[in-house]
Amino acid sequence: MPEQKNQRLLEVNDLKKYFPIKRGLLKRTVGHVKAVDGVSLYVNEGETLGLVGESGCGKTTSGRCILRAIEPTDGEILFNDPDTGWVNLRELEQEDLIRVRQHMQIIFQDPYSSLNPRMTLLQLVGEPLVINHGIRGKALEDRVAELLKSVGLRPEYLRRYPHAFSGGQRQRIGVARALALNPRFIVCDEPVSALDVSVQAQILNLLRELQENLDLTYLFVAHDLSVVRHIADRVAVMYVGKLVEMGETDEIYPGPRHPYTEALMTAVPRPDPRASKDRIVLEGEVADPANPPSGCYFHPRCRYAEPICAAEPPVLREITEGHFVSCHRAEELSLIGVA
Amino acid sequence: METTETPTSGPAKPESSILTEETGEHVYTASQWQLMWWQFRKHKAAMIAVVVLGVMYFLALMAEPFAVYGPTQRFPRLESTAPTRIRFFDETGQFRGPFIYGLERSIDPETIRVTFVEDMSKIYPIRFFAEGTPYKLLGLFPMNLRLVGTDPDGPPIFLFGSDRLGRDLYSRTLYGSRISLFIGFGGVFLTFFFGITLGGIAGYLGGTVDEVIMRIIDFMVSIPQIPLWMGLAAAVPRDWPVIRTYFAITIILSIVGWGGLARAVRGKLLSLREEDYVMAARVYGARPRRLIFKYLLPNFMSYLLVSVTISIPFMILGETALSFLGLGIQPPAVSWGTLLRDAQQLTVVAQRPWQMIPGAFVVVAVLMFNFIGDGLRDAADPYARI
Ligand SMILES: Nc1ncnc2c1ncn2[C@@H]1O[C@H](COP(=O)(O)OP(=O)(O)OP(=O)(O)O)[C@@H](O)[C@H]1O
Ligand code: SF4
Ligand SMILES: [Mg+2]
Repeated sequence: MPEQKNQRLLEVNDLKKYFPIKRGLLKRTVGHVKAVDGVSLYVNEGETLGLVGESGCGKTTSGRCILRAIEPTDGEILFNDPDTGWVNLRELEQEDLIRVRQHMQIIFQDPYSSLNPRMTLLQLVGEPLVINHGIRGKALEDRVAELLKSVGLRPEYLRRYPHAFSGGQRQRIGVARALALNPRFIVCDEPVSALDVSVQAQILNLLRELQENLDLTYLFVAHDLSVVRHIADRVAVMYVGKLVEMGETDEIYPGPRHPYTEALMTAVPRPDPRASKDRIVLEGEVADPANPPSGCYFHPRCRYAEPICAAEPPVLREITEGHFVSCHRAEELSLIGVA
Repeated sequence: METTETPTSGPAKPESSILTEETGEHVYTASQWQLMWWQFRKHKAAMIAVVVLGVMYFLALMAEPFAVYGPTQRFPRLESTAPTRIRFFDETGQFRGPFIYGLERSIDPETIRVTFVEDMSKIYPIRFFAEGTPYKLLGLFPMNLRLVGTDPDGPPIFLFGSDRLGRDLYSRTLYGSRISLFIGFGGVFLTFFFGITLGGIAGYLGGTVDEVIMRIIDFMVSIPQIPLWMGLAAAVPRDWPVIRTYFAITIILSIVGWGGLARAVRGKLLSLREEDYVMAARVYGARPRRLIFKYLLPNFMSYLLVSVTISIPFMILGETALSFLGLGIQPPAVSWGTLLRDAQQLTVVAQRPWQMIPGAFVVVAVLMFNFIGDGLRDAADPYARI
């Protein structure tokens, strides 16, 4: 293992997830939706990596594959397990996976679908403890009450069912459940995008506070770039199942190196009206992950496209230290970012 | 049995949900079943149906004390009589309490039809908790108390009239409800056993197994069910003992239903499997067995309940239809269907309409189950987001 991996917590290499498309009476596979098509990224200990991109580009699928919540088609998922060191999640059998995954949890986007309506708060938040540590009775109640307090919920709510709570409160319950096993790493899949704007900030602040206090590492999926800027140390940008750019937030926002990132950035509404003349309107449709264009998937919509772009797929390269871009013209273009 | 599939399309969204109407700690800490019950309670027709069916099932179980006679007890020379008139005043207009007159049998010289005329010379008071033909309550306790009756020397009392062998139709209807009402449970139990097992396997394992099971179901469901029922029922030997015939009919009735249910179960399972909380559970370490029994099953129990309720009336109708055609339960066993066989001829409708009373019981039972099904469907998903 390379030395710098010591501060890394997670490294994903060439991750793929293809969903078969079935047609006809015999349900034959006639093609694949390449939801995730060769994603490589890493997450450092204690940081937040923001994963952004338009709807349908494969952010959720990537996050779930990384946890093996759904089975990836191919790739390597290396996790620095605090107990045993580096493991490849893809090679683990069920029991080992369950053990390692105590350190890796998930927070969902939909505050309704994510909580079993038939369980009380005590059961919802306590299940991970019951399953993994066999804690029961008073000890369980105490621990769950403690978890509820840590996410800003009153411990008296133990006997309530999720229908008693608002979206924001439900999301807090989801956070408490994710924290129950003391994980190192949490995939947050658009945890605030289903919430009222006024509540979003509260949940984001809660996540940040918890990160500091508990030394957590986040993979933070979002399509709202301002949210990501607010919370992420580094950003990874996805387009149609592929990573197009990854680097420090402070570097990418002011100076994106990929035309797609530029387009995303400038689409963010900004308070300064003079800046809006720089706004790039993305033309055309997002490519179909079942039938992507040749070469660079972005070329039909890219204002900088050249013949090579349609012919050859660009590879993800490190153009300056820690800044990865997948574009033939990354070095020559000078793109607009946000201040 | 298409109706068993209804739950997959999701319950009809209740116009008002208990969750939007009420607040307070009792609602916040209410379990799914409590919420369902509160919602169900508001459905008047369903609540009435529960009471009516409750009474019908009670009477079916406790038929003996409520019946006047045994199911096969015959009264010679009193064949096909109209329901006995219950009187309170005698010829002179004097109140004598509930009583009946005996019947005189005579033959109309012109039409050669047997007619019965009340013999007003002597009145026979109706006795409550009278001593009647001995029986065993629930098959265990020897008794001879009947709810109503006449004195031992009095004429028989036929509340619904008598059949063409001189048996009391009212008593026979009560006894017959045993087979007719309970065949539903047996059939439904089997339907569910097959439906849940196969639908569960298909939905849980997916892949090739799923494909094979679904194709078999497509085939089963596409066979027209009445001819299939009739064909299978006709194959049951006439001389089998009652119990064996009963089970054979139960199995035949459930053969048709399981396909639709298996499909519904599979669909629900597939959609539940995609719920985020199920994924969360897998991520925090829940193993398959726990997932099935703690997360998936409880979440579709309410759908199953709705399915059961709406498929029982189909079983009741199925039994009635088969027995009516002479393919189901065989005499001397009594069911509503066998009772209705006597009403097959057109002359019965005109001359002995009381022989169709068992049909009214079938209609009421089926209606009541449908009301309950309606109420349950509204209440089945108290969490439907509005
Ligand atoms: N179970 C599935 N079966 C088939 N296709 C799927 C499945 N899940 C996702 N996809 C497809 O994979 C692609 C990526 O979906 P994914 O949900 O990962 O996108 P996303 O970036 O999270 O989008 P959003 O911002 O809308 O959440 C989409 O085209 C989607 O239609
Ligand atoms: S490779 Fe070409 S088409 Fe793709 S982003 Fe770069 S310039 Fe645009
Ligand atoms: Mg998503």
